[in-house]
Amino acid sequence: MEAVEGRKKVPMLSFLIRRLLQTIPTVLAVVLLVFVLFSVVPGSIVSSMSDDADPQVELRLKKQLGLDDPVHVRFGAYIAKLATGDFGTSFRTREPVTAMLAKRAWPTLQLIFAAMAFSVVLGVPLGFIAALRPGGLVDSAAMIVAVTGLSIAKFWLGLVIMYVFALKLGWLPSFGYGDGGLKYLLLPALTLGVSPMALFARTTRAAVLEIMTADFVRTARSKGMSETRVVKWHVMRNALVIILTTVGLQFGGLMGQAVVVEKLFSWPGIGSLLVDSVLQRDIPAVQGSILVVVLAFLAINLLVDLLYGVIDPRIRYA
Amino acid sequence: MTGAPLIEVEDLRIDLDDGERRVAAAEGISFRIDRGETFGLVGESGCGKSITALALIGLLRPPLSIGAGMIRFDGREIQHLSAAAQRDLRGNRIAMIFQEPMTALNPVSPVGRQIAEMFVLHKGNSWREAHQLAVEALASVRVPAPERRVNDYPHQLSGGMRQRVMIAIALACGPDLLIADEPTTALDVTVQAEIIELMRNLCAERGTAILMISHDLGLVANVCRRVAVMYAGRIVEERGSADIFRTPSHPYTQGLVDSLPRLGSRAALGRSRLKEIAGVVPAITNFPDGCRFNPRCAHATDICRSVAPTADLLEAGGLVRCHHHA
Repeated sequence: MEAVEGRKKVPMLSFLIRRLLQTIPTVLAVVLLVFVLFSVVPGSIVSSMSDDADPQVELRLKKQLGLDDPVHVRFGAYIAKLATGDFGTSFRTREPVTAMLAKRAWPTLQLIFAAMAFSVVLGVPLGFIAALRPGGLVDSAAMIVAVTGLSIAKFWLGLVIMYVFALKLGWLPSFGYGDGGLKYLLLPALTLGVSPMALFARTTRAAVLEIMTADFVRTARSKGMSETRVVKWHVMRNALVIILTTVGLQFGGLMGQAVVVEKLFSWPGIGSLLVDSVLQRDIPAVQGSILVVVLAFLAINLLVDLLYGVIDPRIRYA
Repeated sequence: MTGAPLIEVEDLRIDLDDGERRVAAAEGISFRIDRGETFGLVGESGCGKSITALALIGLLRPPLSIGAGMIRFDGREIQHLSAAAQRDLRGNRIAMIFQEPMTALNPVSPVGRQIAEMFVLHKGNSWREAHQLAVEALASVRVPAPERRVNDYPHQLSGGMRQRVMIAIALACGPDLLIADEPTTALDVTVQAEIIELMRNLCAERGTAILMISHDLGLVANVCRRVAVMYAGRIVEERGSADIFRTPSHPYTQGLVDSLPRLGSRAALGRSRLKEIAGVVPAITNFPDGCRFNPRCAHATDICRSVAPTADLLEAGGLVRCHHHA
C-alpha cells in the first residue's frame, strides 16, 4: 500500500515542477506580444491626455516615462524589473502596478468564483437530469435554456438583469461594488454565469448520454442495480472527467468575459482596470493586468491537470 | 430431463421498433435449461442470440422489447415482473458475462469495488465486509495476489485477468444461471481455454447452470451438454452437443459443421477446400417467407419458400425446424 503511494507521489512532483517551468516561456511570450502590440498601435498615454497639449510638455513627459527609448531597451528594462517582482508604475495614477492589481484581484476573483459556482451548481445537475430522460420535458426545457444562455450577448443580458432586478423590482443594487457584500455581487455574477451554466448543462448532458451507452453501464445494470445507483456509482465519476475539462477551460473564458461584465456593472476588478488602461495607453497597467490573468489561467489549468489524475486513474504523470 | 427446469422459454418474440414499424428480431424461441446444466446458443452475428440472452436477464433496451412469449425462471414467470423484482433476480440469481472485458468494467473504479457492489446490492453486506468478500472472490477466480489486485483499476489488468474479474462479479452471489455472451471472443486462444475451464469448473462446483452464447460451434459443443443453433431470429435445431457434430440435421447446421476446420482431416480426406455456406444472412427487416434459410439451402423446394417449418422432434432426441430433415 505505502509502496503504491510512494510510486504515485514522485512522478506527480516532477510533473508539477516541469509544468511550472513550462509556464516561464508562456509568460515571456505573452509579455513580449503585449509589449510589441502596444508599441505599434498609434498614440500613447501622452497623446491620450489632451488633444492640444504643448509639444514641449509632451516631449518632456515622454522622456520622463521612458517612452522615447527604443522598444527593445524598454522591453529589456521591463523584463529586468519583472524578474524582481516589480510590475512597474502606472503612467496614469503613478501608483505601483502591483498595488493596483492587489486591490483589484479580490473583486475579480469574487466575481469569477461566484459565477463559476452558480454555473456549476445549476448547469451540471441540469445536464444530468436532462440526460436521464432524453427527449423528456426537463430535457427540452433545459436545452432551450442552454441554447438561449449560450447565444445571449452578455452586455445585453446584463442590462436586462439590471433593469428587472434593480430598477423595476428594486431588490438589488444596480451596479458598483458597495461594501463588497453579497447583494452587490449577485447581479454581475448571474450575468457572467449564465453562458457557462448553459455550456455545462449541454456538456454534462452529452457526456452522460454517451456514458450511459458504455459497456460498463450495461454491466452495472446486469448486476441488478437501480438506474439511480448506476448513475451514482458508475456514470458520475466518468462524466466528471469531461465536465472538469470544460470547467477548466471556462475559467479562462470567464476571465475574458469578466472584462465586459465588470465594465457594465462598474465592478472594480482587473477587467475594468484592463479596459481603462488600454483606453489610456497605460502600458504598465495593461501588462500587469494581462499577466495576472494569464498566470491565473495557467494556474487553473495546472490544477485541472492534477485533478484529472485524482478522478481518472488511467491518467499518469509520466 | 426430469424435474422442473431452471429456466423455460416459450415462444419468445423480441420486437425491434424502429419508430415506424415493429419487426420481430427473434421469434418462436423456446428452450429450457435444467439446474446445473450447460446449454449453448450458437449462430452468426445478428441471428438474435445476444438479444435472447438480454431478454432473459431483463436488459433489453429500446428499440428492443419482448413482444410475446414467456420466460419462466424457477417456476415463476419473469417477463412481466416489476423493475424492482427483476433487479432482485438480476446479478443475484441470473448473472451475465459480456464479450468485451476491456470495456465491460468501469475504468475509474477499482475492480474490488466493482465486485464488492454485488454483496452490497444483494447480500446486504457493509462495504467493509464486501471488500473482504471481493478479495475472496478474486482468489476463487485464481487471480494471483488478490489482496493487492483488489485495489487495481481495470487498465492495470490483462484481458484474461479482467475476464476473471467479470466471472468473479457474475458468480459473486452464487447465481443459478450464468449467461456467458461470447466470453472469450476478445481473448487470446491460450487465455480462452483457461477462462472457459475456470468458468466451467466454478459453475460445476456451485451447481450454476450456464447459457453459453457464441458464434463458435466447436467451443460451445465442447462446453455444453446441449446446443441450440439459431438462424435469422429462430432456433433451427436443438440437439445434444455430441449428436450435433455426428448427425447434424438442419442444412444450416450441416453447413456450420462442414465449415469447421479439423485437425488431421487432410490425412483422412486428402487436400480439400474448407466448405462455406453460400450467401449471406438476411436482414431483420427482410426475412424471406417460409423457412428463412431457403435462399441459401441446396435442398430447398416450394414448400420451404412458402411455409415456415415447425419444430419436429427427432427420434434420437432433439428438435429441428426443417421440412426435409432426415
